[in-house]
Amino acid sequence: MTIFIPTPLRPFAAGKDAVEVNALTVAAALDELTQTYPELRKHLFTVEGKMRAFVNVYLNDEDVRYLPGKEATEVSTKDTLSIIPSIAGGAGGDLQSSR
Amino acid sequence: MATIAATAGLPELTADDLARYSRHLILPEVGVQGQRKLKAARVLCVGTGGLGSPLALYLAAAGVGTLGLVDFDVVDASNLQRQIIHSTADIGRKKLDSAAEKLQALNPALNVEKHDTLLSSANALNILKDYDVVADGTDNFPTRYLVNDACVLLGKPNAYGSIFRFEGQASVFATKDGPCYRCLYPEPPPPGLVPSCAEGGVLGILPGLVGIIQATETIKLILGIGEPLIGRLLLVDALNMRFRDLKLRKNPECPVCGAHPTVTSLIDYQQFCGIESASEKQSNVKNGIPQLSARDLKRRIDAGENLFILDVREPFEYQIANIGGKLIPQNDVPQRIGEIDRDKEIVVHCKGGGRSQRIAEFLKQSGFPKVVNLAGGILAWSDEVDPKVPKY
Repeated sequence: MTIFIPTPLRPFAAGKDAVEVNALTVAAALDELTQTYPELRKHLFTVEGKMRAFVNVYLNDEDVRYLPGKEATEVSTKDTLSIIPSIAGGAGGDLQSSR
Repeated sequence: MATIAATAGLPELTADDLARYSRHLILPEVGVQGQRKLKAARVLCVGTGGLGSPLALYLAAAGVGTLGLVDFDVVDASNLQRQIIHSTADIGRKKLDSAAEKLQALNPALNVEKHDTLLSSANALNILKDYDVVADGTDNFPTRYLVNDACVLLGKPNAYGSIFRFEGQASVFATKDGPCYRCLYPEPPPPGLVPSCAEGGVLGILPGLVGIIQATETIKLILGIGEPLIGRLLLVDALNMRFRDLKLRKNPECPVCGAHPTVTSLIDYQQFCGIESASEKQSNVKNGIPQLSARDLKRRIDAGENLFILDVREPFEYQIANIGGKLIPQNDVPQRIGEIDRDKEIVVHCKGGGRSQRIAEFLKQSGFPKVVNLAGGILAWSDEVDPKVPKY
């Protein structure tokens, strides 16, 4: 199945905008992704292994958080996973430097 | 869920209005009644930059009666690649004045209300309360959360748009039964993790595309037509020209808009986003890394000190401007760590000081005994030491 990598995370996935994985559940797909690209792990998961709250994972067009099986939801080759991080353009975190 | 007053209380259209808005009037979805709704509407544009530019211009063109503008910034040359409401002659001028002038020229009947201020927890509720719809075109996470929370608390729909490089997001938050920004992102990213436009760049057209989507949603909300992006997240990929539509659910446990809210007043959003306060900024150590000013670096170089200047920017940036540092782009540092001399004091720099701070922290964790960060990056060097070094 295809996992779409958003722009801010592409540097940690060798610049790819999509990665193919062979997995049976959402969790397994993300595991395979972060095993292939270990740097992605800390951007997607906390040290306790939970999905970081400023990143959303969508199975096709549904937010995984709201699926009955959540990350245990089964996936097929026709499904896609999208990682959607929050973006805000503009300045960095500092309100004073709005360049 | 039109937020506008019943038809009976709507302003009449003048002869000028009938001429100007003829193309709206002959549209069944708008008509005279719709145009009167637009005329009665009060929309607040938070930010008159990349997103705010097309947003405000098209709302003015559409005949929105009152536009509130919030911006405290000044026009800079680097804005003109995308902030098309401003012009070259406006460089150095307050964005608020520049924007108001162009909007008024486009539509003299428009009522512009300028809010020359930084939107904050102290003033947000007071400013937002007098408007029907808020269009959020801001450029930082703390304000995003502030605007969201204020909109939920006041019951004002938030036409949201955000961009990064060549990707954008758009939705409508804070309607009564719909989700809010926190339903989508309960937690902001740590500061510095998601690069700003200044650090990551942005395709100039992108805020144009997304800002128009926000304007469209604002107009649909006012007119009560079509299907607004309530409960949907529109993803725009300008590079591949693909638009995707993801389902956004209202989080029943959302601390702001859920059934049992715990956030019932505005909070300290800087703290929420993990951004250090001004007083913390005074200290010249950040996360264990001493901060070096450009002037001090120059002084130490001139004194012949044994420094290793590490430039963690990208090669194209080095080509634009550099101070002779060793270039190892930030993502290559882990693999190329052997090229950095552990015996010397490492001065890490980038464009503005953000990336270099993260790399400095990484080097320290990797056991480098002496690492400092050039505060303000090469931009500060250009400002304080050598103006011949180009800023970009």
